[in-house]
Amino acid sequence: MDTQDRTGTDPGSPGTGPDTPGTSVVGRLTAPWRSRDGARGGSRGAELAARARPAVVAALRGLVLAVCSLAGSLALLVLSVVSIVLIPVAGIGLLTTPAVLGLVRLHANQRRLLAVQWSGVRIPVPYRPLPDRIRGGYAGRGLRMLADPATWRDLAWLVTDMTGGALLALLAMALVEQGLFGILLALGLWIPVVRAADGWWFAFIPITGWGTAALAGLLGCCFLALSPFASPLLVEGHFRLGRLLLDRDREAELSRRIDRLTATRHDAVDTAAAELRRIERDLHDGAQARLVAMGMDLGTVEALIEKDPARARALLWQARKSSAEALTELRDLVRGIHPPVLAERGLGDAVRALALRLPVPVDVDIQLEALPARPSEPLEAAAYFAVSEVLTNAVKHARAERIRVDIHHAGGALRISVTDDGVGGAVIGAGSGLSGVERRLGTFDGILAVSSPAGGPTMVTMEIPCALS
Amino acid sequence: MRVVLAEDLFLLRDGLVRMLEAYDFEIAAAVESGPELTRALAELRPDVAIVDVRLPPSHTDEGLQCALAARRERPGMPVLILSQHVEQLYARELLADGDGGIGYLLKDRVLDAEQFVDSVRRVAAGGTAMDPQVIQQLLARRSVKRPLAELTPREVEVMELMAQGRSNSAIAAQLVVTERAVAKHTSNIFSKLGLEVSDDDNRRVLAVLTYLEGR
Repeated sequence: MDTQDRTGTDPGSPGTGPDTPGTSVVGRLTAPWRSRDGARGGSRGAELAARARPAVVAALRGLVLAVCSLAGSLALLVLSVVSIVLIPVAGIGLLTTPAVLGLVRLHANQRRLLAVQWSGVRIPVPYRPLPDRIRGGYAGRGLRMLADPATWRDLAWLVTDMTGGALLALLAMALVEQGLFGILLALGLWIPVVRAADGWWFAFIPITGWGTAALAGLLGCCFLALSPFASPLLVEGHFRLGRLLLDRDREAELSRRIDRLTATRHDAVDTAAAELRRIERDLHDGAQARLVAMGMDLGTVEALIEKDPARARALLWQARKSSAEALTELRDLVRGIHPPVLAERGLGDAVRALALRLPVPVDVDIQLEALPARPSEPLEAAAYFAVSEVLTNAVKHARAERIRVDIHHAGGALRISVTDDGVGGAVIGAGSGLSGVERRLGTFDGILAVSSPAGGPTMVTMEIPCALS
Repeated sequence: MRVVLAEDLFLLRDGLVRMLEAYDFEIAAAVESGPELTRALAELRPDVAIVDVRLPPSHTDEGLQCALAARRERPGMPVLILSQHVEQLYARELLADGDGGIGYLLKDRVLDAEQFVDSVRRVAAGGTAMDPQVIQQLLARRSVKRPLAELTPREVEVMELMAQGRSNSAIAAQLVVTERAVAKHTSNIFSKLGLEVSDDDNRRVLAVLTYLEGR
């Protein structure tokens, strides 16, 4: 990961995708580049070295993985089975199971880490969280772990890891190792080997003399030629096999997702209904009533204009005032539904305009301009009102003197942070405005994080997944 | 005085035409979309353009953008922007070139025909006509900040009216003081804001700009 990060920031090297493994790709991509610019005659060796590097790296990784799979997984599987079997026997197993299962998890997590670092294969961690205090203490902890389906998937993984997984890892290593060995055989190593072992098979070639040794050398070259492409694939295959079993339980994941969607849909429907009621009420009590009054005033003016011009003029003035007030009310209402600047200019300028209206200096940093398109309108509105609510909080409750808003889009998500230098102490929940923001963002699978120690400063971070259309 | 009018709502466009004609303006063209406005401004070269912010076909800030583009072609061309809402952001963009001949008003202001027509004339003459709402927002926010902190309450009042684009005599009438007193206040304001003494009318525009820029 470390190497990958550096290539990302280095302007001289071609970028690597998020899923490509670190070191090996760097070697493959940058080396031919340099060799083309550099020494013209002696570039062959450099090119060869660049070719060989991913193969060697993959072979070494294969070796490490094979040791982990064969030794680690086998030992842990035996320990786990013995430990679990011993539970009914006078409870001896109760003492060992938590520790052994803990080790299994460590072992599996280590593999998850390597999977991301070496092959970019992501394997989510599925374990149910263990509460701090469990009934039954240490022994209860073991039973609790046994009740987690992920534990049983771990054990099943140990079986496949020490067989199929180990085989794949060994193959990744063997391609390079056997290739080199074949060449060495052809160079004359076959004589002592055959003599010592009383006949030797290299792959499918029985070695009897120089001729078959040369064939072995040829096959070894084929292995070596294949290894830069095949070995990394075999390592990746190892991790993918692990993912088949280690990945979280898809059904449980789906049911959690359904629960969440049901909850956010309820929230969204409730909010929309409440919003519609508010708009209806505001129109009914405000603009509509004023327009009716205006009509009545004008009707009276019609009757009075001959008889009492002075009163008619007063009524006209009042009618004009009513119409102006109706307009103001409609304008405020519209701003609450969908602010005009948001419709006209999008999120960036809408937040800038919002910042200008606040009585506190607000620094706004927005990096959306490089994007090809705007986020969808409902998402823009949700983000805008979330920012608006957080800014209002900062002015009203935090008594901030300076606020900073950062909006940028990266990694398929819109990230917004609002930082103020106020008194702090903001919390989500207990009917605070932030819970409303959280609900609003939840509809879009967005999340809200608040860091607000007493005494400040407060930092509110929002993240909304959003692919720009 | 020849006017080009851009407004997409028929009722409002029709009303504006009738009102302006009643005050002896000549309507060179009354258009309803951004492209038509651009063409009319280039071909007819009116004395003043009255433009709605939101125009078809995009229904975003197309009117504002057309007007700004036309002013880049023809610096100082008087433009009065009408909007359903006032945004400091837009006011800043309009005033950015410092050339004057700029107005930015809420559509409600047409309710008071006299004042509205007065604003149009002021803009056509190269002055400014800022909506009181913009100015109030500005002053509400800046009243604690420098350099406005140095202004006396009376000077703030004068500035508020000046920023809207009123002349000294109009300010004097509104505040019920003599014109000389207003002149004295304005010169104090200019010196407190660090604007050099000159006979240029645009110093008033610069004063507004100073508030807008001087954060």
